[in-house]
Amino acid sequence: MNKFLVASLLCGALAVSACTRPDRFGAGAGAGADGMGMGAGAGLGQSGAIGQAGLGGAGDPRSPEYFQQSIGDRVLFAVDQSTLSPEAMATLDGQAQWLMTNTDYLAVVEGHADEQGTREYNVALGARRANAAREYLISRGVPASRLRTISYGKERPVATCSDPSCYAQNRRAVTVIAAGALS
Amino acid sequence: MLTRTIALLLLPLVAATAIPAPALAQDGPLRITISEGVIEPLPFAIPTFQAETAGAEQLAADITRVAAQDLTGTGLFREIPAASFISTPASFSSPVAYPDWRAINAQALITGAVAVNGDQLTVKFRLYDVFTGAELGEGLQFAGTRGGWRRMGHKVADAVYSRITGESGYFDSRVVFVSESGPKDNRARRLGIMDYDGENRQFLTDSNSLVLAPRFSPSGDRVLYTSYESGFPRISLLDVASVGRRQVTTVEGEMAFSPRFTKDGQSVIYSVSTGGNTDIYRTDLGSGAHTRLTSAPSIETSPSLSPDGGRIVFESDRSGTQQLYVMPVGGGEPQRISFGEGRYGSPVWSPRGDLIAFTKQNAGRFHIGVMRTDGSEERLLTSSFLDESPSWAPNGRVLMFTRESQGSEGGPQLYSVDISGRNLKQVPTGGFASDPSWGPLQQ
Repeated sequence: MNKFLVASLLCGALAVSACTRPDRFGAGAGAGADGMGMGAGAGLGQSGAIGQAGLGGAGDPRSPEYFQQSIGDRVLFAVDQSTLSPEAMATLDGQAQWLMTNTDYLAVVEGHADEQGTREYNVALGARRANAAREYLISRGVPASRLRTISYGKERPVATCSDPSCYAQNRRAVTVIAAGALS
Repeated sequence: MLTRTIALLLLPLVAATAIPAPALAQDGPLRITISEGVIEPLPFAIPTFQAETAGAEQLAADITRVAAQDLTGTGLFREIPAASFISTPASFSSPVAYPDWRAINAQALITGAVAVNGDQLTVKFRLYDVFTGAELGEGLQFAGTRGGWRRMGHKVADAVYSRITGESGYFDSRVVFVSESGPKDNRARRLGIMDYDGENRQFLTDSNSLVLAPRFSPSGDRVLYTSYESGFPRISLLDVASVGRRQVTTVEGEMAFSPRFTKDGQSVIYSVSTGGNTDIYRTDLGSGAHTRLTSAPSIETSPSLSPDGGRIVFESDRSGTQQLYVMPVGGGEPQRISFGEGRYGSPVWSPRGDLIAFTKQNAGRFHIGVMRTDGSEERLLTSSFLDESPSWAPNGRVLMFTRESQGSEGGPQLYSVDISGRNLKQVPTGGFASDPSWGPLQQ
């Protein structure tokens, strides 16, 4: 598609880290090619449905709960920025390591914004943040085909007060571990 | 006389700051007084419409109230209470007792009659300029179904407003919006539709998936909006009458949002985020063929077309902060039009073509404002913790927008304000509501 080509050229020309690779999600992108229920021992069924037996506890370093709670599933951003801080990079290093070890998992990186902005701009800003995290994970070796992004703009706050402490928690990119093929 | 005077009255709505208040004062009974920026509304009388068939009394009274509330709701008219009336017309065809209306300083008199036959409803009305003692325009009759009785009242008020101001009205119109419920960190959203005054509210979608920023088609028959129904943001197209809907954009890996109809209603102009970069595209709703309109590494979103269809105003942070730009409809070099302090977003081109409304964020406050299409004569109309997403009334005189209250218990409500910054008021929506899109006058 022409626009992807243009986007790729722009990325190359500007060397902006936030630009994406031309990898696209789609049929046969290799997502979930390893199948389910391997490696993590998490009780996933062959059909791709998540079994009732659960995915292992937070104490199991191969579990998504461990990823979420011990490695840290989110990185925070400054006001109106999508630049990764050193702390954010450290968290993403851990995420990348986990994803490289647990190769049967995929991830969706969710970008979010605080409420101090207009709705549609914040969707675009969230997309920028999610992509910054995704690009960093790719740079650390995670295959692009296992990472997808989505932006919720300011529509999914985790902290609901209207002051800077809450805004800081809401300006985030959250890596959500998913089992199965991304569609 | 009536017409001329109110035309003057409306003039300051366009350029209130440019016209010294004394210029508005004039001799004679239709004097308009401006004190401290408040226009003295024009007093009118509207005796309860006559019931011309048995059992039409309640409908006649209700329709009269709708018309009266439309007019007073503009802030430009003041209703004289019925208790002040010296006489009331014996029938719709009775001669008008002008001295009785002059005595109570009614400047406009509206008379009407309502007839019901089965499901058929007929409403007729006449408008009089009391001080010249003459009818203003000819009597009009509207016919429709009983269920559409509120629209009859709006039609009467639109005709009165139009004859007195020389502008088209906006009362017989609908608004599509996002109805919100639930806690702030888990809010459910669904599309709602209602009359411009918040009546006849209905839902168009369920609340199973996130929806954002609906927009009416130019004829009001369809709605474009952003839906997360697929799990990712996509453009959806909904037919208002059947509530049938379909996805417009389907490219895997893309996020699509911020859709607007072109003037012919045949294409959608919207934003696509890919690889963290957001640009503006156009897709033909019939063929699906699409064109890229902007190519920059910055965020380009929130497009709005000029009423002649030739230009697009949009927001971009290519300068480092959100600002407004205008480009030809086919793409091309954009011209920046916002230069004041702060950030500018969600621009919308007035249906009259003369102004662009926008959201401005500055020094911790949000404002709804208007500027000329070249960016000059910027005026802020509102100020709050969070005002955003203005939408124009079909006559380009009033804006409806979202005002969000702060804190964990806070939420969005719809408000309207006229383009002079007067007559700010909440629109009843029965709960939290955001992102209004004001549709055209109904046929």
